[in-house]
Amino acid sequence: MATRIDVTGLTAYYGKFKAVADVNLSIEPKNVTAFIGPSGCGKSTVLRTLNRMHEVLPGARVEGKVLLDGEDLYGAGTDPVNVRRTVGMVFQRPNPFPTMSIYENVIAGLKLNGVRKKALLDERVEESLRGANLWEEVKDRLGRPGAGLSGGQQQRLCIARAIAVEPQVLLMDEPCSALDPISTLAIEDLITKLKSSFTIVIVTHNMQQASRVSDATAFFSLEKTGDPGRLVEFDKTSKIFSNPTEKRTEDYVSGRFG
Amino acid sequence: MTTEPDSSADAAEPRGAATATAPPQDPPPAGGPTVAAASKPRVGTADLIFKNLTRTAGFGLLALIAVIAIFLVLRATHALNANTGNFLTTEEWFPNASPPKFGVAATLYGTVVSAAVAMIIAVPVAVGIALFITVYAPRQLSSVLGYIVDLLAAVPSVVYGLWGLIVLAPHMKGIQLWLNDYFGWIPLFSADSVGRSLFVASVVLAIMILPIVAALSREVFLQVPIAHREAALALGATRWEMIRTAVLPYGKPGVISASMLGLGRAMGETIAVALVLPASFNISAHLLSPAGNTIAANVANGWGEANDIGRGALIASGLVLFIVTMIVNIIARAIVARRREFSGSSA
Repeated sequence: MATRIDVTGLTAYYGKFKAVADVNLSIEPKNVTAFIGPSGCGKSTVLRTLNRMHEVLPGARVEGKVLLDGEDLYGAGTDPVNVRRTVGMVFQRPNPFPTMSIYENVIAGLKLNGVRKKALLDERVEESLRGANLWEEVKDRLGRPGAGLSGGQQQRLCIARAIAVEPQVLLMDEPCSALDPISTLAIEDLITKLKSSFTIVIVTHNMQQASRVSDATAFFSLEKTGDPGRLVEFDKTSKIFSNPTEKRTEDYVSGRFG
Repeated sequence: MTTEPDSSADAAEPRGAATATAPPQDPPPAGGPTVAAASKPRVGTADLIFKNLTRTAGFGLLALIAVIAIFLVLRATHALNANTGNFLTTEEWFPNASPPKFGVAATLYGTVVSAAVAMIIAVPVAVGIALFITVYAPRQLSSVLGYIVDLLAAVPSVVYGLWGLIVLAPHMKGIQLWLNDYFGWIPLFSADSVGRSLFVASVVLAIMILPIVAALSREVFLQVPIAHREAALALGATRWEMIRTAVLPYGKPGVISASMLGLGRAMGETIAVALVLPASFNISAHLLSPAGNTIAANVANGWGEANDIGRGALIASGLVLFIVTMIVNIIARAIVARRREFSGSSA
């Protein structure tokens, strides 16, 4: 059920401001693809175009094509709601619904899909929480508020919530930036495990993290503030970090810039 | 109360500051705190002033409520003693007769029912307005509408009441007849004749409280973190599903508080209701019949010509309104507190 993503000629705007210009890349199924680059280079923007969350912001729009197994996400007849059910997302800050229990958080997406049967829900809650390496920690307190967990647990709860609807792609927008090193490690282990079932795209500021978890890496950069961000180089992670083609990529991954 | 801004931190210590253990007035050392200075708890004069101001305000409020309650009880007792009817159940109001006979039952009923029906009409509309402004409207329209709703909320509700009375109430006959025709099989809407009824009073009340409930609800929905809205959208929620999943649950305590404020206004509203209702003292389950009265309207109508016992009786009914308002608020608090750990305030 994992899916490949082909991005061609993608340009994203916030109102009149062109945030990213002319991005072309192909994301392999059941791979982890990392987006790295300095702040403001548009890597999160590109990520959010992959499940049409970019256009949620007022004035934001997209040009170009994003093909999910050959089907254009921005095609005329495509409903963004359906896109988001296929392409799940985990955000920078853990955002479990504060009004819901752990259990309710996990099934939030399933309920939107009309799943009502208790037995099926129970099963999927356990499955998803196990999938997110959280089950053992919370199985005795599923009725407790999700917001009462630690930051790392909340983030894994959000991952459980995202995978409960069985998406084909999982987008992660700096999922560890608000977490401590131990929780970060837990999430990274989880990413490695999840890539057997999902196509994963992760935005990260942490280059070690990109080199640890990803198979392919895309390096984004921008000339100067106000310019649109551009994809500088996209290749296997090992190549990007050891022998990149572009000088700018080498400067960035070796810490000389950005 | 007066809150004079303290002109300088080293000014003579105002009242209250003397009660606490006032530390020596050493200004913070300019060259960075020494270890000794840092280990000593630093309580400045401004802290003391502020602490005592807030404490005074807090206790003052409690004292004020107590004084009001005591005043109401004291002024009501002699009338209640002279009453030959049962104050809680009698559906009559002859406090100026001798012997006086009066009861709060009919006006209390009218107060509660008209306020409740007003809430049933106003709260869903207000929540709808607030949701439209915060979620559906495009950005520019949303800020304009938000501004307008805030403005409307600042207009004294009696203005809306008068509009409802003069413009709307005369046109209510058709609506009432329609309700009677189609829903007359529900006892609530059955009536021999329609006219200046509790229902009309409720509609006028609903119009009066609508702006404030809408403005407060809008404020509440604006507080819903964008992260929660995006979380719902990213799960594949439609806009309405996003509202149901993220916005409404998060905003519920706030909407309940806003509604309580509206309910308080509705129950205390006087002039508009006094002008609508025929001031009859019987309990009628038929909302559309020309009958009914409320406590506040009764006080306004009766105070001028009341004798000593009559005023005591009106004050006693005021005491009942006071208690009912309090009970309603306690219930609302309890509803909000029931799932406090799920309220989102901890997140």
